[in-house]
Amino acid sequence: MTIDPDTERYSIPDKAKWSAWTIFQTWEVILLALLVLVFIINSNASPYFLNVYNLADATFNFSEKAIIALPMALVIIMRDIDISVASIIALCSMLMGVGAEAGIGVPGLITIGMVGGLVAGGFNGFLVTGLGLPAIVVTIGTFTLFRGIAYVVLGDGAVTTYPEGLRFFGQGYVFGLIPFEFILFLVLAAIFGVILHYTVIGCRIYAIGNNPIAAKFTGIPVDRYRFAAFCLVGLMAGLAAVLLTSRIGSTRPNIAMGWELEIITMVVLGGVNILGGSGTIPGVVIAVLLVGMVTFGFGLLNVPGIIMTVFIGALLIITISIPILIQRLRDRARVRAQQAEAGKD
Amino acid sequence: MMANQIRALLTKRREPALALLIGVLIILVGIRAPFFISLDSLSGVLTDTSILMMLACAEMLVILTRGIDLSLAANVALTGMAMSLLSMTYPDLPVLAYIVGSMIVGLGLGAFNGFFVAIVGIPPIVVTLGTLSMFRGLVFVLSGGQWVNRHEMPDTYQMFPMETFLGLPHLLWIAIIVVPLLWLFTNHTTAGRSLYAIGGNPQAARYVGIPIAARLFMVYALAGMISGLCGYLWTARFAVAYTEIALGFELVVIAACVIGGVSIGGGVGTIPGVVLGALFLGLIANALPVMGWSPFWKQAISGVVILAAVVLNSRSNKRQGKLIVRREEASSS
Repeated sequence: MTIDPDTERYSIPDKAKWSAWTIFQTWEVILLALLVLVFIINSNASPYFLNVYNLADATFNFSEKAIIALPMALVIIMRDIDISVASIIALCSMLMGVGAEAGIGVPGLITIGMVGGLVAGGFNGFLVTGLGLPAIVVTIGTFTLFRGIAYVVLGDGAVTTYPEGLRFFGQGYVFGLIPFEFILFLVLAAIFGVILHYTVIGCRIYAIGNNPIAAKFTGIPVDRYRFAAFCLVGLMAGLAAVLLTSRIGSTRPNIAMGWELEIITMVVLGGVNILGGSGTIPGVVIAVLLVGMVTFGFGLLNVPGIIMTVFIGALLIITISIPILIQRLRDRARVRAQQAEAGKD
Repeated sequence: MMANQIRALLTKRREPALALLIGVLIILVGIRAPFFISLDSLSGVLTDTSILMMLACAEMLVILTRGIDLSLAANVALTGMAMSLLSMTYPDLPVLAYIVGSMIVGLGLGAFNGFFVAIVGIPPIVVTLGTLSMFRGLVFVLSGGQWVNRHEMPDTYQMFPMETFLGLPHLLWIAIIVVPLLWLFTNHTTAGRSLYAIGGNPQAARYVGIPIAARLFMVYALAGMISGLCGYLWTARFAVAYTEIALGFELVVIAACVIGGVSIGGGVGTIPGVVLGALFLGLIANALPVMGWSPFWKQAISGVVILAAVVLNSRSNKRQGKLIVRREEASSS
């Protein structure tokens, strides 16, 4: 079976009848069960896992990626994709580095990082919606271009002198316990969740993802929404650049290398359909936590992070396969039942 | 009249325009540094680009069917590591064993992709995103995080790609054999032609009886086999194997396809175009140091070239799209 994005038909059911069983079948519950499983295994494997301080510090490893995963979900729901996010981080971090060397203060650096991201995202959005080019190839191009600019400016050098005040954003704690980055992620997740699931904007985003042409005919400014989503991804990548630069305190052109595919993996694992049209913010948040906790648990057991990627890759393929296979078995059973009934008549 | 024909040739088809551009670029660099046009230096560029060429051709086959394979570079790393560990343990094996062995390992990894894409029916981008991390992680598992260095590899293993035959290195000869074979496959076999049909119009392809699942499986397996071969060549050429080999190369490979005129929407692309696309990227990388520019410009220039190619692709695709509509109207009336 092949899935054809052009001719694939989607159905938009009215609000499904609520029952405990349908809740159990949702993607989020499956992920949540996995997350609980990971917690149980990890806390049995290492006595250091269920420690509030350790758990809080573990969030440093994924908060920046998680912040980008939120707008990425919107972009993918609208049938686009952005491969250039990690390169935007490199570009923005480079701009901040140049700014820091010129003696610009902390508010200025944050502005530079975020505006740089917004402009880079806007450039992607313009190429995709203004010129009507496919998002995947455009962002493979800007993936190369943005990091290329960082290489041109920095070469094999690095910027390592940032003002003291910048440190809080990537290294600071709120209430002396929870990292600021993680709090920021939770707040942003709440905002994205409300917008996607409880506003007209969110409704329209799903409409665009399910059927862009029908969405256009109902009066939704499809291209403006897609453009805005690319800008938002850029802005959040800029924010991630601020946090990451602050956390590691230095900028090299190879910063955040390979993050784009990790972020997309998190989003897809969170139940966002890569062909567009469906997915939820809670799903993405749980997937982010799942990946983060697996990494942390393996880390406590002294398993190198790279081995964890085998696990995440397998998890991605298995979790996507199972519902498809179940659906196919059901279809086959239904066809068989229909044939049996036809045979009776 | 003549001028119009030339213009049509250059705007309608990607290959002549790209070939002309490459020629102009070589001459421009040659004016600045005459030794660049020597046979030695140009065959050096070709040799440097051989692996990219073969991988890009493999990727093209996948993209033709509206798919994408992000795991090619990870396959290169995993197969390369497997082969160099093999050479470390059994230093007396002949070169042929590494070549055949790498193709078999690569084929297996590609078939794994093919199973999930063709049989289970998961979108290719999701499957290969998953196998990208799995293969990359398995390199680490296999090697225990160790590097295999030059002095640990037997000479038969690491010398082969750069040893010459009739004045050209073996690495280039392999590309000279593999690429035309793939061209024959896409242009002169039923299975190869059916890839265009699957990507151009999957419904129609099913109606005329093309076994889509079998073809998809074959394409991913074939792409894996070529990547495996490149895995051996890569580790032998650079005489080192480690976990991060060819990291991020999957996107360079796709970029070469895009520059070569392959449409990411499937059904459009030629082997000569892709070879020229890869050559163009290779030329930029090789010309910069000759021109005395910093190699750090490579990525930025490549990025601009890719974006320009994307814009050009969409222009030529639009024209083709209209033609198809007209043909459909004609056939329906």
